[in-house]
Amino acid sequence: MKKTILSLGGLLLGISFSYGQANISPAKPQAKPVVITGATIHIGNGQVINNGYITFVKGKITGIGEGAAPSVADADVIDATGKQVYPGFIAPMTTLGLIEIEEGARGTVDDTETGDLNPHVRSLVAYNTDSKVIPTVRSNGILLAQPTPNGGVISGESSVVQLDAWNWEDAAYKKDMAIHLNWPVAASGRERRGAALPVPGVVQETPAQRAQKKIDEITSLFEQAKAYTEIAKPTVTNIRFEAMRGLFNGTKKLFIIADNAKEIGQAVAFSKRFGIAAVIVGGKESYLVTDLLRDNNVPVIIRETQALPDRDEDDVYLPYKLPKLLQDGGVLYGLTGTGFWRQRNLPFEAGQAVGYGLTKEQALSMITLNNAKILGIDKTTGTLETGKDANLFISKGDALDMIGLDVETAFIQGRNINLDNLHKQLYKKFSDKYGLKL
Amino acid sequence: MKKTILFCFLFFTLKISNAQETFPVNGAWDIRPGQYAFTNGTIVTSADQTISGGTLLVKDRIIEAVGKDIPIPKGYTVVNLDGKYIYPGLIDAYTTYGIPEQPRQAFGAGGFGRVIVPVSTKPGAYGWNESIKPEMNAKTVFHGDAAKGEELKKNGFSTVQSLIHDGIARGTSVVVSLADERDNLVMLNDQAAAHYSFSKGTAATNYPSSLMGSIALLRQTYYDAQWYKTQKAEYNISLDEFNRTQNLPQIFEVTDPQSILRADKIAKEFGRHYIYKTDGLEYRRIAAIKATGSEFIIPVNFPEPYDVEDPIDARTVKYEQLKNWELAPTNPGVLEKAGVKFAITSYGLTNARDFWTNIRTAINSGLSEKQALNSLTTIPAEILGVSGKVGTLTKGKLASFIITSGELFKPDNIIYENWTEGRQYVVSKMNIADLRGNYQLNGTGFANTTLIISGTPGVYEASVKRSGTDSTRTRGTITRNGDRVSIYFDYKKSPEGIIRLSGYIASASPVTLKGDAIFPDGSLSKWTATFTGAASASRSSQDTPKPNASVGPVIYPFTAFGNTEIPKAETVLLKNGTVWTNEKDGILKNTDVLLENGKIKAIGKNLSAAGAKVIDATGKHISAGIVDEHSHIAATGGINEGTQSVTSEVRIADVIDAEDINLYRQLAGGVTTSHILHGSANAIGGQTQLIKHRWGMLPEEIKVAGSDGFIKFALGENVKGSNNGPVANNSALRFPQTRMGVEEVYIDAFTRAKEYKAARAVKGSTTRRDLELDALVEILDNKRFITCHSYVQSEINMLMHVADSMGFKINTFTHILEGYKVADKMKAHNIAGSTFSDWWAYKSEVAEAIPYNGKLMHEVGLVTGFNSDDAEMARRLNQEAGKAVTYGHMSEEDALKLVTLNPAKMMHVDNRIGSIKPGKDADIVLWSADPLSVYAVAEKTFVDGVLYWDIEKDVEKQKAIAADEARIIQKMLEAKSKGAATQRPTATRRRLYECESVEEDNFVVADDYTEMERAKQAAREARDHNEQ
Repeated sequence: MKKTILSLGGLLLGISFSYGQANISPAKPQAKPVVITGATIHIGNGQVINNGYITFVKGKITGIGEGAAPSVADADVIDATGKQVYPGFIAPMTTLGLIEIEEGARGTVDDTETGDLNPHVRSLVAYNTDSKVIPTVRSNGILLAQPTPNGGVISGESSVVQLDAWNWEDAAYKKDMAIHLNWPVAASGRERRGAALPVPGVVQETPAQRAQKKIDEITSLFEQAKAYTEIAKPTVTNIRFEAMRGLFNGTKKLFIIADNAKEIGQAVAFSKRFGIAAVIVGGKESYLVTDLLRDNNVPVIIRETQALPDRDEDDVYLPYKLPKLLQDGGVLYGLTGTGFWRQRNLPFEAGQAVGYGLTKEQALSMITLNNAKILGIDKTTGTLETGKDANLFISKGDALDMIGLDVETAFIQGRNINLDNLHKQLYKKFSDKYGLKL
Repeated sequence: MKKTILFCFLFFTLKISNAQETFPVNGAWDIRPGQYAFTNGTIVTSADQTISGGTLLVKDRIIEAVGKDIPIPKGYTVVNLDGKYIYPGLIDAYTTYGIPEQPRQAFGAGGFGRVIVPVSTKPGAYGWNESIKPEMNAKTVFHGDAAKGEELKKNGFSTVQSLIHDGIARGTSVVVSLADERDNLVMLNDQAAAHYSFSKGTAATNYPSSLMGSIALLRQTYYDAQWYKTQKAEYNISLDEFNRTQNLPQIFEVTDPQSILRADKIAKEFGRHYIYKTDGLEYRRIAAIKATGSEFIIPVNFPEPYDVEDPIDARTVKYEQLKNWELAPTNPGVLEKAGVKFAITSYGLTNARDFWTNIRTAINSGLSEKQALNSLTTIPAEILGVSGKVGTLTKGKLASFIITSGELFKPDNIIYENWTEGRQYVVSKMNIADLRGNYQLNGTGFANTTLIISGTPGVYEASVKRSGTDSTRTRGTITRNGDRVSIYFDYKKSPEGIIRLSGYIASASPVTLKGDAIFPDGSLSKWTATFTGAASASRSSQDTPKPNASVGPVIYPFTAFGNTEIPKAETVLLKNGTVWTNEKDGILKNTDVLLENGKIKAIGKNLSAAGAKVIDATGKHISAGIVDEHSHIAATGGINEGTQSVTSEVRIADVIDAEDINLYRQLAGGVTTSHILHGSANAIGGQTQLIKHRWGMLPEEIKVAGSDGFIKFALGENVKGSNNGPVANNSALRFPQTRMGVEEVYIDAFTRAKEYKAARAVKGSTTRRDLELDALVEILDNKRFITCHSYVQSEINMLMHVADSMGFKINTFTHILEGYKVADKMKAHNIAGSTFSDWWAYKSEVAEAIPYNGKLMHEVGLVTGFNSDDAEMARRLNQEAGKAVTYGHMSEEDALKLVTLNPAKMMHVDNRIGSIKPGKDADIVLWSADPLSVYAVAEKTFVDGVLYWDIEKDVEKQKAIAADEARIIQKMLEAKSKGAATQRPTATRRRLYECESVEEDNFVVADDYTEMERAKQAAREARDHNEQ
């Protein structure tokens, strides 16, 4: 372990041929079979294979097991002895590829449309495969993501993408699979700083009244949309309702952002009423309503474990412990980080829960199998199992720990992707300037 | 004294008894002698003297005599007060009675943009800042307010102080009596006191926008006022008046104990003695409060219980609020017990009627009646310089007194009359029957009916009970007007509808009421109510809570996870751990560390120490405490004074908040020392403060004593205001808007500083002392050190050039995201780099920030560290250091130094902290695993050998909080079920600062900032509303 960390070799492999982002090209389709041997393989479902092998052909996993690999003709064999193999990490609910620079460069910001009710806007078309941020995230093992719109009450719809593509069409892994709803917040006072002062010309409402009004608005929208979608070809087309068809026929999920226990309760009841498959996103207080979530099969995507508690009175480690609380409550839970560039910390956000109750493999499942299940892509990815896509990577050490993570090789659908990025390039450039041998 | 009283006597008789000499009269003059003799009453002349069966002689406005067996001269109206009491009229030491509201300045015009108001726009030869207005005199704007006066008089007040409640220096107040007279006749002291606060109030001037700015401004004003006396060039009414009012009592409005201590520091610095008007929270830090040696004016606006029936809603009530509900009423008693001199004010009560309820609550919570009376009479009189006129019932003083039914502080006492300066005001008629009692109601339709009248003679309550086959009970409404009464009620069944009774008091003893009734169907009947006995326990029992023995303890600090007792340093032996020494020994396995007297005593194998608490560290890691070079926790009232480009006069040291929960949370992440910085809104920000996480101590006690002074500089987008919101008028933007302008800000500031230094050095110099330039001179003299917020290489380079040319040094570049590009130049200047581990892409200037930055700077040979600038990240700085292993494969030993020894070096305290070495401070963390690992949990954190964080004790604390909350909530529910008014839970979240949040922090007013936040929120909501 220590040796691995201290050996500075391997890291810069592959950099010498690529200066400048323009040279980081998407990889060619898998031509030859690949066999990885001698590795500790983390399946993603809680199981670990020591001294294992994994084979994949034409982008699909064809074999996995313990001990010596069966011989595969014309295969590239990678000796991963002493190394770790993981399923590619999945970053849901992110603005990766939608934002390049967060502040002061509005031209690079494409996550928030104007208006309140935008079920029809699609994040996929704004997903910028040429973002310089993506390679920095990918090189930490995040191989799939769900670029997600923000803002308003209904923000739009999202798709799952794989992170090595020429354009968004190539990138699409599961198209237009979710609609995103921000559940109205009836300020508990913690959400808003005290009551509003009167403003001339504005009718004063309590935050609860304001929230209820929004909820009524959403309910009415959903009622009408549901009725609309009962007709296959309405005479007057409403593109908002058209976008919502999938919610009522089970092809799209409704991702509802809600943190407060009461609001989670409202959101669950709402989705039940319309027979919609719902996912709670955020869920800071989801641990208070685990029975409700479990009984209604509503999963939670936790947004960051590396966060502060909301209340001074809370356990100082509450956000670190939230995954364990949901685990114990029998709720399906996934995890995302914050924003876009910070998704490269997703493995550490998962690892954070280990000191506070989860096992390492449970933490891993959060960002692999569980996220895949919640996004509805677990048939093809999320674990290392025969028949699934070869979305995986090899790390020298424990990929959930900052002193272990060191991604040497990564494959998306069997393609051996380029792990170079802007940061490695600048590192190289200035190491050279100072004559440092790194 | 005697002489004074005599003098007053003469003065007043001459001036007042002949009415107002200078005013013409319409019609015949109506001068009445106003001679009264109050006899047979119990006269409480002061808390120390009670005369039973005494006589009080009043002549016009003055007490002519008081005592026993005083002959009553002819010509006096005799009022027989048999069985009743006379008390001195009460004095409210803090009101805005008769003072017009100050119009609030618009804080934005032209939509929601900002208006730049760099200096005062007030016409006239006043000072530069509108919040310093000692020229305001309450006497020039005072005008008696009959309605407000009645409200005060009903509570027994006859004299009040009135002040202009606006600004940092608020000018002078008056003491007036509440007599319903022309303004000319009520003035007891036209220059009672000079008033101050930390709140800029309605001032439109942008500066100050923070609490530290308010303090800096006040401090500078003291210096300016001194200078003003010595110069002849400038005429300045504000400074002139400031000087003139220095000899008056100085009253400072503050809030909580930390706020009191802040003001007290200024008092001590300038040799002032402040009297504090507070929020009544002194019980939280009574020893420190007592140590100020000041007098206090405290409110009795105790919080109402919260609505806590819904467990989810109850979660929004903070533990601190729950505890405060329980403990706030103990505050007067706590002050009394501590021997602190204090007056009580009714200021701050939402409902004036709560005054007596709350006073009685305070008495049930430990306040003595004697103290209560003194705090409402003699003490305020003394504070306000009117002891010669009011406060006691003494011959020659003003005839301001109240007549009550019984002892003043008893629950069922009634204030009958309030005489102010010999002018009668009837609160409740005294010689009429008290109607309270049970009555037999007779008449058609009233078989088997009892009428119960309860409440107080001011506000009666009625209920009606019918027994027998048709038994029912209902509440009614009763109104009394002189001898007439009207009552109505609704049985809801047989008959349904309202029955109305009107009648009169037919006989007073026993009381008999008679009159007519109208039934819902319009039928009429006669009724009679005959007194049958006293009413049983009335609703007013709720007004007199029983003495409450079981209140929870005060905790330090007064917030969740506070300690009931402040923990002490112990002798601790950590056995058999992996010790990251940060010294040349490196990482030692199976090693012991001994902590003694707050210091590291020894490191080695098989250590032993008698009496030491032994902690088994087998399989665990021991490191030095984490040091955060860049933090914004534990400061209050804003961390950016961004209203000017140079604000080197403001000091984080002035606004340390030792009660920030993040101090505790970060102990739980192994952080022991934090450098609290001014924000990055301007090129030269404020002075910084190094603190240790001594949870539970006072602000002064958490500062690292003797550490070098630092100051925050900033470069980049924040300084240019790039990411700020819309500005009302583009031509009025704050300079600079470009990196070109930033350079000139520094050149200009240091040029001025050098000239200032030279000018001050001349013997007998009269150069005005300027705190802004003082700080810059300290930099030039190598007595204050710069940590500069910085991003891109061009500006980093620029500042190094400016420093070279102006002759100062830069200690640290903080954030320094492109440090890797100029590491060689920084090395040549011996400048340290304190960066983020991996932050980038959040704004344009970090487009080339890389996670290898730390590694590269380290390799070039800079003292390199990782900082947080974030309350969340700070508690995982160990992991951030671990990322130097992820990105660049730094050795683990060097990586840990990024967040321990290296920042200690940057702060010049590496001789005391940052490594595990005998003699250094015992700031030690016990980790469950390799401290750089994501899996490491900080199990114990020592600061100066004191165990401030213990993961096991924390579990106990959580249980204790839950239990205490449950206990208090039970009490609240009980209070509510007894009919107490409640308030909705609206806890607010603690504000978290990071230096990037410039826009948010600008235009935030110290202490008023919650209100301003609300206004901004409202504005945002209005905008959202309009957009929809």
